[in-house]
Amino acid sequence: MKINNSEIIPASEITPYETYMGRRDFIRAASAALMTAPFLSFNSEVSAATSASLFGYTKSSYGADEKLTSYNEVTNYNNYYEFGTSKSDPALESKDLETHPWTVSIEGAVKKNKQINLDDLLKLAPLEERIYRMRCVEGWSMVIPWIGIPMSKLIQWAEPTSNAKFIEFVSLADQSQMPGVRTNILDWPYTEGLRMDEAMHPLTILAVGLYGKLLPNQNGAPLRLVVPWKYGFKNAKSIVKIRFVESMPKTSWVKAGPKEYGFYANVNPMVDHPRWTQSTERRIGGGLFTPRIKTKLFNGYAEQVAHMYTGMDLVKNF
Amino acid sequence: MKIQKNKLHIIKSIFFVLLLTPLIRLIILGINDALGANPIETVERSTGYWALFFLLISLSITPLRLTVKISWPIHIRRMIGLYSFFYACLHAVTYFWLDHWFDWQEILNDIFKHPYVLVGFLSLLLLIPLAITSTNKMMKAMGRWWKRLHCLVYFIAVLSILHFLWLVKKDITEPALFAIIFALLISIRIFHKRIRLNAPKDSPR
Repeated sequence: MKINNSEIIPASEITPYETYMGRRDFIRAASAALMTAPFLSFNSEVSAATSASLFGYTKSSYGADEKLTSYNEVTNYNNYYEFGTSKSDPALESKDLETHPWTVSIEGAVKKNKQINLDDLLKLAPLEERIYRMRCVEGWSMVIPWIGIPMSKLIQWAEPTSNAKFIEFVSLADQSQMPGVRTNILDWPYTEGLRMDEAMHPLTILAVGLYGKLLPNQNGAPLRLVVPWKYGFKNAKSIVKIRFVESMPKTSWVKAGPKEYGFYANVNPMVDHPRWTQSTERRIGGGLFTPRIKTKLFNGYAEQVAHMYTGMDLVKNF
Repeated sequence: MKIQKNKLHIIKSIFFVLLLTPLIRLIILGINDALGANPIETVERSTGYWALFFLLISLSITPLRLTVKISWPIHIRRMIGLYSFFYACLHAVTYFWLDHWFDWQEILNDIFKHPYVLVGFLSLLLLIPLAITSTNKMMKAMGRWWKRLHCLVYFIAVLSILHFLWLVKKDITEPALFAIIFALLISIRIFHKRIRLNAPKDSPR
């Protein structure tokens, strides 16, 4: 599957030669540093500070034409019900979440059930920056510079069998660390899912950082899914289990409101939600006097992903 | 408990300022760029919350007299009711202007496609005649029709609570609290009406 890059970067956004060379120098220096240092120093001191920097990732040109949502807003306006239902809860309540060591179990339709720790997972592919739009089903959106690895790399490592048609992502549900899990606001653990081809798509990544830093806890540390053409709730946070399954997984929000949330949850301005209009969205960071903007089909990634849904009724399969 | 005129004047002034504080708070936050990542949502939620809050306060004046025999708040009931209308108007202006920039097609779509918007819009419309007829002059001119018209407030309260309930995504704690308080206020009234009806005719009212 190829991504049509020429459609993503406008000519005006092509990096000037000097900057490019500067970037090369930085990467060279960073790579040199990596020869001697561990790829990512995940010792406890580093993971304790949410602002710890990540090094050695390649800057990508994805979505480079849009103004980034500020770090402050990306990290203080979150939906993460494990830490509470208010947008400000995750930043306040997730401070003490222990994210190291972290192990992800690979189960189901695979050659062999296995586990992988985060440090090994990060060695599966070089880290890349991906600047993606994120559209929440509630009608707001952000532009976030994620850092992560393509999901496909983990899938290749997991060696799924031919029975694997879908992937189920299971998030951490630890009552002792997550106050929201003590309530029954959702059916814990938080579960999400993708069709195999969606998970294999080059745009789908497992993120470990944003804004050049380790993923803050409130954004789903240490490991979260990012699928930019779907509503934000598809992006499972703090993933502990990845199951390869034959039939469509029952996901948390579908269980909570089957008429409101679908398995596919592709961003679609034509398919309205019972509560929120989906034809427009508010870009976070605009202040009081910035009008809404039009929402695009597949969140503007139709060029790359629409082919996966040809012949499918997107109203029925919302 | 009777209250002297000058004292009443002071009480009214205090409440006038007190009920203005939610707006003052929003203005201070706005000036300091402290309304959060989604300031329009903050203003919309806050003004709506206080409109409903003051509506329920205005409905609690009579139950307060019936249960704990405090009757002076009746003098500020109109002010509280008008404040509820004032916050409802700010709420609506935020919605029409900041949220939708008077995009009427989009707004009409929103009203008729989303039940929570529809009931919210209805309760705003119904508040208008109550606010217009809130003066002493109108009260006199309308006679017993005034009371009949103002019974609409219960219906408005139900619509407003539904508006809040249907708006929230999953955590219904706040609208449920409002609903419980409303139910309590109504049951106090019904309970006392029954007692009064069952009492002998010559008993003092």
